[in-house]
Amino acid sequence: MRKEKVIAGVLAALALTAISALAVIASFIFKEGLPIIAKVGLAEFIFSGNWHPLDGEFGILPMIVGSLAVTAGAMVIGVVFGLGCAVLLTQFCPPRIVSVIKPSIELLAGIPSVVYGFMGVAILVPLIREHLGGPGLSVLASSVVLGVMVLPTVTSISVDALQAVPRAYFEGSVALGATVWQTTHMVTLRAARSGIVAAVILGMGRAVGETMAVIMVAGNTLDLPHSILDPVRTLTSNIALEMGYAAGDHRKALFATAVVLLAIIMVLNSIALAVSRRLPAGRQAGRAAKAAAR
Amino acid sequence: MTKWLLVSAAIAVLLMALSFGLGGREEAALAVVGSNSVQPFAEMLAEAYQQAHPGRFVDVQGGGSTVGLQATIDGIAEIGMCSRELKKEEEALFRQVMIARDGLAIVVHPSNPVSDLAVEEVRRMFTGDVANWRAVGGEDRPIRLVVREESSGTREAFMKMVMGKARVSRKAISQDSNGAIKELVKQDACAIGFMSLGLVTSELKAVRIEGVPATAANVLAGRYPLVRPFLFVTRGPADERAEHFIDFVLSPEGQAVLEREGLVRAR
Repeated sequence: MRKEKVIAGVLAALALTAISALAVIASFIFKEGLPIIAKVGLAEFIFSGNWHPLDGEFGILPMIVGSLAVTAGAMVIGVVFGLGCAVLLTQFCPPRIVSVIKPSIELLAGIPSVVYGFMGVAILVPLIREHLGGPGLSVLASSVVLGVMVLPTVTSISVDALQAVPRAYFEGSVALGATVWQTTHMVTLRAARSGIVAAVILGMGRAVGETMAVIMVAGNTLDLPHSILDPVRTLTSNIALEMGYAAGDHRKALFATAVVLLAIIMVLNSIALAVSRRLPAGRQAGRAAKAAAR
Repeated sequence: MTKWLLVSAAIAVLLMALSFGLGGREEAALAVVGSNSVQPFAEMLAEAYQQAHPGRFVDVQGGGSTVGLQATIDGIAEIGMCSRELKKEEEALFRQVMIARDGLAIVVHPSNPVSDLAVEEVRRMFTGDVANWRAVGGEDRPIRLVVREESSGTREAFMKMVMGKARVSRKAISQDSNGAIKELVKQDACAIGFMSLGLVTSELKAVRIEGVPATAANVLAGRYPLVRPFLFVTRGPADERAEHFIDFVLSPEGQAVLEREGLVRAR
C-alpha cells in the first residue's frame, strides 16, 4: 500500500511539472510584455501599422493580419486534403492499404520544419514567382507549406475519429438504402464531427505557432498584404527574427507580440470549441468518437 | 532491489562522466560570439588557429553583433564579433580591435542591365521613392527590396552609410542571413539587396557605386564608398587566451586567411 502511495505521489509531481511549466511560461511572457502594451496603449499596439522598434514605434497590425491570413490559408489546404484523405482511408479503402498509407502520412510530422521551409524556398517560391507573379515569398507560399505541415495532424486525428464511429451507424444507414458516400457525409462525418473539430484545432495550433518554415517563405515585410501573392510577416516570425538583437523596449515589445499571439490562439481555440459544442446533430456519437479518439 | 541500485549507480556514473567531459571542454575553449557576417570568417580563422596551435580551442557562434556585445558584457563570451562601428555609448564599454574591413556590396540579379548606382539612387530605391528599375536606367520592372532584419550589424552599417535618417520601405522583404539574401537575389531578376562583399559570388552582381567597382582592391585603396569594419571586442582584464587568438588574427598568417576569403586587411 505504501508503495502505491509513493507512486501516486511521484506521478502527481510529474503531472504538476507540466502544468507549472505552462504557468511559468505564461506568467513570464505577461510580466515582460504587459508593461510595454500599457506604455504604448493597447489600441496603438494592435491597430497601428508602424513597426520601427528602434524609434520606439510599436504597431503589430500587419503581423496580426499576416498570422491570420497564413493560418486561414493553411487550414483551407490542410483541412480539404487532410479530411479528404481521412474519409478515403476510413470509408473507401481496404484496411491493408490503410495500414501502409496512414503511417506514411504520419511520417510527414517527423520532418523538421526547416526542411519544409527549404523546399518552399527552393521549389515553391520560384514557381509562384514565375507563374503567378509577385516576389514568390507570399501568403500563398506560406499557406501551402503550412498546409502540408498540418496534414498529418488533421489526417491522423480525423481517421481516429471516423474509425471510432460505431459500425452499427454505417450498417443501419446502408440497410436503409443509402450509398456509401451518402452514409459518409450524412451519418459518419456528422457523428465524428467533434473529433474532426479537435483535429482542426490541433492543426490550427501548429499553423499559428510554426516559425522556422514561415520565416523562410513568407518574406517578412512590414506592409499589410493586399493579395495572397504579397509577402507578410507573422507574429511568430517577428519574434524569432528580431529576438536575437533586441534590447530594452524592443525586447519587451517582442514579448508583447507573444502575449497577442497567446491571446489569438486562445480565442481561436474557444471559438472552435464553442462551434463544436453547438452542433446539434450526432452529439452523443460525436462525444463517443472524441472519447475514443483520445 | 539490487537491480534498481545497479541501474541508479550506472546512471550516476554516466552523469558524472558527462559533466566532467563537458566541463573539461568548456574550460579550454575560447568563446567568440556575435555578428553573423563575421562568423564564417571567424570560423576559418579558428580552424587555422587550432591547426597552428594544437591544444587551443576556439568556439565560434553567431547570433548578431548586438548579441556578441551583450555576451561579452555578460561574460559568456571572451570575444564579441561586431560588423559595424561601435556606437558612442558602446565605445566606453569595450576594447575594440579591427580585424578586417569589409565592403558592403549592393547586389542585383546577374541579368540586370543596371550596373552602376549612386548612393543617392540606392537610398531612394530603398525608401520606396523609386519603385521601377526604369528610373535608374534598367528595364521596366518593379524593384523588389531585400533587406536584413532590424538591427543586424549589416543592416545598421547599411542604414548609416546609405540611408542616413531615411527609413527603409515597409514593402522590403526581410531575411535573417546573408545566405538567405543571396538565395533570393540570385533567383529574382527584380531584386536588389545588400550584403558583405566577402560573401558575394558569381551568382550575383555587385553594382558599381558612384562608378567604383565593388572589389577588395578598391576597398583597400579607399575608393569604394561603402566600407565597414569587422571588429573583435573584449572587456575587462586581458584574457591570455583571447589575446593569443587576437594576435594570431592580426598576424600576417591570420590576415592572409581573411584576404583569401575576400576581406580587406585591417592595416
